[in-house]
Amino acid sequence: MSVSKPVQYVGGELNSVVKDWASCDVRWCLMYPDAYEVGLPNQGVQILYEVLGELDGVLVERTYSVWPDLEALMREHRIPQFTVDAHRPVGAFDIFGISFSTELGYTNMLNALDLAGIPIESADRTDDHPIVIAGGHAAFNPEPIADFIDAAVLGDGEEAVVAISAVVREWKKEGCPGGRNELLFRLACTGNIYVPRFYDVTYRADGHIDSVAPNRVGIPARVSKHTLMDLDAWPYPKKPLVPLAETVHERFSVEIFRGCTRGCRFCQAGMITRPVRERSIDTIGAMVDAGLKASGFQEVGLLSLSSADHSEIGPIAKQLADRYEGTNTSLSLPSTRVDAFNVDLANEFSRNGRRSGLTFAPEGGSERMRKVINKMVTEEDLIRTVTTAYAQGWRRVKLYFMCGLPTETDDDVLQIADLARKVIQAGRTASGSRDIGCTVSIGGFVPKPHTPFQWAAQLDHATTDSRLLKLRDTIRTDRQYGKAIGFRYHDGKPGIVEGLLSRGDRRVGRVIKEVWRSGGRFDGWSEHFSYDRWMNAATTALADEPVDVDWYTTRERDRAEVLPWDHLDSGLDKDWLWQDWQDSLSDVEVDDCRWTPCFDCGVCDTMGTDIQVGPTGRTLLPLTVV
Amino acid sequence: MARQPDAREVALAVQKLRVHFAKRGRLRFTSHRDFQRVFERAIRRAEIPVAYSAGFSPHPKISYVGAASTGAASEAEYLEISVTRVCDPERVRAELDAALPPGFDIIEVVEARGGSLPDRIDTSHWQVTLTGVDPEDAARAVKLFLQEESIPVERVLKDGRRTLDARLPVVTLGVVEDLGPTGCAILDMVVRHLTPAVRPDDVLAGLRQVSDLAPPLPPVVKRLAQGHLDESGRLADPLAPDRDAAAGADPAAEIPATR
Repeated sequence: MSVSKPVQYVGGELNSVVKDWASCDVRWCLMYPDAYEVGLPNQGVQILYEVLGELDGVLVERTYSVWPDLEALMREHRIPQFTVDAHRPVGAFDIFGISFSTELGYTNMLNALDLAGIPIESADRTDDHPIVIAGGHAAFNPEPIADFIDAAVLGDGEEAVVAISAVVREWKKEGCPGGRNELLFRLACTGNIYVPRFYDVTYRADGHIDSVAPNRVGIPARVSKHTLMDLDAWPYPKKPLVPLAETVHERFSVEIFRGCTRGCRFCQAGMITRPVRERSIDTIGAMVDAGLKASGFQEVGLLSLSSADHSEIGPIAKQLADRYEGTNTSLSLPSTRVDAFNVDLANEFSRNGRRSGLTFAPEGGSERMRKVINKMVTEEDLIRTVTTAYAQGWRRVKLYFMCGLPTETDDDVLQIADLARKVIQAGRTASGSRDIGCTVSIGGFVPKPHTPFQWAAQLDHATTDSRLLKLRDTIRTDRQYGKAIGFRYHDGKPGIVEGLLSRGDRRVGRVIKEVWRSGGRFDGWSEHFSYDRWMNAATTALADEPVDVDWYTTRERDRAEVLPWDHLDSGLDKDWLWQDWQDSLSDVEVDDCRWTPCFDCGVCDTMGTDIQVGPTGRTLLPLTVV
Repeated sequence: MARQPDAREVALAVQKLRVHFAKRGRLRFTSHRDFQRVFERAIRRAEIPVAYSAGFSPHPKISYVGAASTGAASEAEYLEISVTRVCDPERVRAELDAALPPGFDIIEVVEARGGSLPDRIDTSHWQVTLTGVDPEDAARAVKLFLQEESIPVERVLKDGRRTLDARLPVVTLGVVEDLGPTGCAILDMVVRHLTPAVRPDDVLAGLRQVSDLAPPLPPVVKRLAQGHLDESGRLADPLAPDRDAAAGADPAAEIPATR
């Protein structure tokens, strides 16, 4: 009777807070629906945990997915899903908030609900059960889980959780009038919270959606995303959670800006988080200082969707490196573009600590492909960048690509091998050494809602796999350079399930439930994921429908089709998205609105927002010498 | 171009500190690797001037001595830290203790005055609580255990299944009388450190083998002390030589007022 890594369930992390249950009137349980080692470092959950924890009378605890060994013991001994903070049962809380950065956490949500003793269907819950709220990027199309959640929050969570707490408190103070239906109605009336039960979806005989419409007076026809406009006013995390157990990210992360307008057409994050809102250099400096002191971490990550694009990234890098000179504190920039300037940044960042490899993401193998996806990087850019890196002593460069992009052919993918050869060639010349390498990492592309590719056909897994194998063989059989090129790839099957869940509608919920019922858990883990289980479940669950997995994944949509998420407003104008999709098919690129005029994607007009970029000309706050 | 870290930048260690700490409560579920991470971060928060190794991947100079296994509590864990500035051991104790989560508690810090700490540790004193076991049954099992010359038990180690002699390293084994709540038996044992190590779990496996003693719940294991087993059968405190050396020296000359 023992479980693996028991420390992940004991809580007690540095900077975690346990409040008195009785003295709080609004109680949240937050969940990241994956194993503790993945969930604990999640920035979104950490931010909301701290924001809520600072509110008077609000209690917040966390829970994560339990591994099958503990699940078996819990079911045997009737132990419910519990929080790690104070080991309280999840079912006792007012609100159960679950953050989805990927759709592959859906079965884990069902399992947690079931272990908590909460009915998995929203319709079966009573006033005794928590309100189940989904957030995170996947909440921009929560239709596949519409039957299992009570509500979804679109967009930035900081202010939204404060607003939800106020609504719940008021409703409880009034004696919970009208039960949970009334509470959900009040949440839906805010306009930023989607409550699926108040919208009816009708279908046509051919399986297409006919309409999505509110079924109650007072419910908005469209739900808008929430946008946090002043990142300097919300400098979270201030006191990051420091786990006892080992986790996937062992660093203190500061988000240096939110949003991205590079306009990469495959990138859902870049589309749904617009506009760009920078955190100022002095706030970043103060956050890094406070976070390191509060955590003892040895590494600082400067997060964003494209960190080198911060208007003052140069001074930030230089001044942070100066500040931490000689302290063995390393800095990292997780997302960088292909740009020689980034090598200079990387040099600054590795001055005080460990020097890892450099990563660049050209995404598309051929020049044409990169135009289709609007990743404005030329082969020259890439070669110039890696030449700089190798010349300055970096030995390994990692390159990220995607396979299965719209209009792609075998040849587009095989050009990745040419590119890798040229990279090694440039590296050997620049470094004068043969001891250099590059790694090509490639995965299948999954079309996402609220992007120009939301209409695109996903490539079937067999073709994806055959292209990847051709590329692998081309690289392996290269006598001159093959040994210097590493190749990592993910097979196409999990991508099809992700595609089904990403662009699915409410009918896909039956498939998720069937998969969970037949034992599906931890779908993001290859050792637990079963493609056959998903396909069998889909066959069963969709037997009475005119649609199947292919209909949801490998089918191209036309302009007139009602998409399952059309009533959820990310601010992007659907006509603009369509135009961008058409432009991609004719290799037309679109620029970044930070340094060119606005191209009317619709976000700022619809949401009443504006780009917020520097430079401010300020510097990091000077620190008192210790 | 500066690919090689400049050797001059690596600050040299000027003092070695020996740390005695405890692992208590729910933190007994931490593994040794978990503790290492937690401890290194506590060192940084407490701003202890720990020395780092040179090279591309500098590591703090901390050496751990014989860690208790995951799930076992301990009142007697030891490690050594090298620092780049001379520190007051008591101040380091207080600051590290404040920086560590409750459950990892620093009991004592002394300055190393020569000798090797691992050489002073060859035996552990354990207490094992068996809930749901009648002390009389436990006493009978202990008696049978001690009568044997050798008790082979199996354990899965990293390199496969191995047979260990659970009897060989056991110096003393007994049932503690009139202690703790009723409905449980408490074993007290002194076990020599061998390679591979025989752990309290292995002794329990041995007890089960000689007497069918099968606790219904997982045992709660706690290390009470570690040290050198002297001829009188007593465990010598491994920090005593350092403490004695410090007491014998002129305190004003040896211990600076500030770090």
